[in-house]
Amino acid sequence: MTRKRLLTPDYSRRSALKTLGLGAGALAATTALPRFVQAQSSAPIRIGFQVHRTGIGASYGRWYDRTTQAAVKRINDAGGINGRPVEIVAEDDGTDAKRGAEVVEKFATQLNCDIGFGTLFSHVVIGSAPRAGELKLPYFVVSEGHHVASGMLNRYTLQPGITDVKSQVQAMAPFVANNLGKKVTMIFPDFAFGHDHRDYFSKAIAEQGGEVVAMIAIPPTETSFTKYFPQIPRETEVVYHVMVGPAVLTFVKELGEFFGPSRPELFGFIDSLEAVDITSPGLEFLEGTYFWEGNPRYAQENQSEYDKAYREAVGVDANGASVSDAKDVSTYAHMFGCWETLNIIKAGMEAADYQGPDQRAALIEAVEAMTEMPEGMDHPQGPKVFNGKTHQVFGVQYISQVKDGKLVLAHTTSIDDTLYPDEVDYTTQSF
Amino acid sequence: MEFGPHLMLATLEGAVTAAILALTAMGLSVVFGVMRVVNVAHGEFYMLGAVIAWFVASTLGAHPAVGFVAALVIAPLLVGSLAALADVLILQRISYDPERTIVATIGLLYIIQQTTLMTFGPDARPVEAPFNSRIALPWFEFGDGGFALYWPWGLSITSYKLFVIAAAVVILAALWLLMTRTKAGLVMRATQQDSAMAQAFGIPVARVYALVFGLGAALAAMGAVLIVPIQQAHYLMGGDPLLLSFIVVIIGGLGSLPGTVIAAVLIGMSDGIISVFFSPTLAKILATLAVAMVLVFRPQGLMGKSAA
Amino acid sequence: MTGKDAALHLGVLAVLLAAFFVLPEYHSGSLARIMVLAVYAMGYNLAFGYTGLLSLGHALFFAAGMYGLALSMQIGGWPALPAFLLALGAALAVAGAVGVLALRTRGVGFMIVTLMFAQAGYLTVLYFGAWTRGDEGFALPQEVRNLFGLDVTTPAGRYFAALALFAVVLLALGALVRAPFGRTLIAIRENEARAAMLGYDVQRLKWIAFVVSGVVSGAAGAAYALLFGYAGATFAGVQYSIFPLLYVLLGGAGTTLGPFVGAVFMFYLIDLSSGITTAYMLVAGLALVLLTLFLPQGILGTLRRRALPWLP
Repeated sequence: MTRKRLLTPDYSRRSALKTLGLGAGALAATTALPRFVQAQSSAPIRIGFQVHRTGIGASYGRWYDRTTQAAVKRINDAGGINGRPVEIVAEDDGTDAKRGAEVVEKFATQLNCDIGFGTLFSHVVIGSAPRAGELKLPYFVVSEGHHVASGMLNRYTLQPGITDVKSQVQAMAPFVANNLGKKVTMIFPDFAFGHDHRDYFSKAIAEQGGEVVAMIAIPPTETSFTKYFPQIPRETEVVYHVMVGPAVLTFVKELGEFFGPSRPELFGFIDSLEAVDITSPGLEFLEGTYFWEGNPRYAQENQSEYDKAYREAVGVDANGASVSDAKDVSTYAHMFGCWETLNIIKAGMEAADYQGPDQRAALIEAVEAMTEMPEGMDHPQGPKVFNGKTHQVFGVQYISQVKDGKLVLAHTTSIDDTLYPDEVDYTTQSF
Repeated sequence: MEFGPHLMLATLEGAVTAAILALTAMGLSVVFGVMRVVNVAHGEFYMLGAVIAWFVASTLGAHPAVGFVAALVIAPLLVGSLAALADVLILQRISYDPERTIVATIGLLYIIQQTTLMTFGPDARPVEAPFNSRIALPWFEFGDGGFALYWPWGLSITSYKLFVIAAAVVILAALWLLMTRTKAGLVMRATQQDSAMAQAFGIPVARVYALVFGLGAALAAMGAVLIVPIQQAHYLMGGDPLLLSFIVVIIGGLGSLPGTVIAAVLIGMSDGIISVFFSPTLAKILATLAVAMVLVFRPQGLMGKSAA
Repeated sequence: MTGKDAALHLGVLAVLLAAFFVLPEYHSGSLARIMVLAVYAMGYNLAFGYTGLLSLGHALFFAAGMYGLALSMQIGGWPALPAFLLALGAALAVAGAVGVLALRTRGVGFMIVTLMFAQAGYLTVLYFGAWTRGDEGFALPQEVRNLFGLDVTTPAGRYFAALALFAVVLLALGALVRAPFGRTLIAIRENEARAAMLGYDVQRLKWIAFVVSGVVSGAAGAAYALLFGYAGATFAGVQYSIFPLLYVLLGGAGTTLGPFVGAVFMFYLIDLSSGITTAYMLVAGLALVLLTLFLPQGILGTLRRRALPWLP
């Protein structure tokens, strides 16, 4: 966190009023401005933050950390949760599944955390979630994986602050088919994240009357890509790309060099270019192409007041970079999930009148009972609907076009575009 | 794309891979040839070269060509000195015991990698190429009008990639001259053949070892500076070149310099060409197993004289 | 096995048994995981510490056990016990085949060949992503994870299951290396040519040692999946081939308890240092360098040389 600014009283008032609808018991605590009065205990609520400080997820981890700190500061400035301050207990998981599980154990059995929170990479989530379930530690992940809604995990694992890849991908199909073209070639990394895109998108585009004419799976260890591009059929109207990892700049650059002046339409997931400056040398080729964005990185003309305040609180400028270093580009499309998840934790704890670990089950039930989450200071990315049965939230998705080296919002999907039938009902599992 | 142009494109890409691989693997091979030790941290010296290139280019901030040329000088020097220092501080003290060297260099690998993470950060950072223009390439066909040239969709290379191939050839030629035509080369070869005898003839073997270790790392760094305008500097980029360099050095015959070049061309080109025929991940699996089989059934490598 | 050895091993097991009731939950939970990792390292130790086979590909066998168990439970719907046996069979098959091929090489060649087989194995896990879910991996449901009715998802169930495996492997390997077979392995490590000259079928003995080592590693992989409910490609990666090497070197190669000591030491080094530096692999790197410089025989190896020559 480079620069934290005090939020104006206006926001704390608004958030306090918003809480009103969520838990009557919370009212007294949050509107009383002198801090932390009325609480039965003024000991802090400890939130174990599983953060990718090292390993392949470190770029994300840095920004998840900054967003989390900003969100907690806002919550504490508004009186904490149930009159108690919130304390973040951060522990590095090395973006590693084994260390992730160890960190969850540490939160539950040594560091006296009330809950665990904040994991992004899917293998760490899936490696850690069984331990969270066994230790009965509510585990709020911010991962965008489909693992929660697929039913693979357990009642203690929830994803209420960020949408999952299945809903994101299927919501893109109508836009791609109607605006870019119906013959799509997909280029994706040959592991689970890429396979999710392959499976969900090819199904969704078929429903829109389009087809996937070629699927090019790139091995995860690959560092040069030109040799794969000849497999793109001539008839291709749209190239759909979801490469991730450090080699992605090479990928885009070589794609540009391959096509030269005559390229098909391009549609990509910003995951490729999170924490990467879109004006980096070699990325000129992206001009005019489209991206999914979880949350628009560049401040748009019709920017909401919530986005403005959220941006300021986290310390991000209008170009999506750190206010103190214009080269330090954020992971803007994902990190809002930390902010929103913490606000949901607060709302859930207040609804359950949470006092301590004995009420962990009550906290889960309170979150499961949530449904509509209107856009606001607690949800600056946009409105959402939570599905208590699948423990997964659904929300609007953004599609932006690169214009003059900036991402300009071109289309906003509806929440309905992102819905799919339930695959699990966690509420039938016992605690 | 039709088969012919596809194969040509894969071959060109393979040539770029082969050029960088030859430089990197040559560093490993020189070290093994002279010192008989395996340096597992070799990939991290490669990574350091790329990272330093980024620092140099972004600090100078002048025309990309200035930064690039400066990096091509500074990065190998710095990385070479660091490696020589590691040799004196660590490897000499354990008397180059083969197994302990492997373990110590695994440790060095993590130290360099994690230190880079803490200073340079986790992001991939690009360095601008000094020049880079797309060159479309023609292909031929025998149509109704007889032999004709045409320009297939996507068949192209960039001027910078051609430069990389040329630069690698020049550097390797210079290395060859150094090893065969200079006093320094003579000293190295003498040490390689019999270090005790070399010592007896007054060659400062310890200093030769430190210099050779530095030279090996500098070659890797040079390869990285050349590749970084195509790929990017990233703190985890050392893993893949390490594995490929190992394969090249062993296939080529441990310590054999001409063997290393031949193997680098073979591996680099086949990496490009295999991708034409197989699904990529399966191709990687098959290629890995194939190389393992070569090692199993011809452990001295293709050009090696005897097993180490 | 001499009396002192047996007493020491049984004493360690008794302390571990008691530890569950004494230690706070966090530490007993961690100890369960450490025991599983120590089993992996003990398997590795048989190849590296006793026979002198420096493999950089043992993650392949760990993963063979892990996926052998997890896939047969997840896809085949098998109960834990047959799945565990299948996992041992998978590790046996993989180690047997790799051993036949890799043992044709020696020294650096052996290191690289094992590394490459493991790399091919890692890519294979990714290639069959439809079943393995590749890098992301999959979780085993809590309700199927029990052995003979023992629920291994509870702290006690997990701890005693891990302890049982640890005890069996410790006592079995302890007896094995004291037996003539183990003595011969050490002879091969010290001077292969001499052992061959004395009439031992060196190649066959090395193969047996390698296969046993692989099966024990596979048992650890299967136990990890069962006890901690997760299988993922990370465990097939290079880093998990380096970890047992690190544990063994740290604790003392060629000592029966060295792998356990190394695993304990490394776990707490990382766990405690994560408060000081987040780059915890830096700690592992420094440990490796310092060990080779100042403690090449590891903790127990040095102890044996300086003070306790009878240490097994």
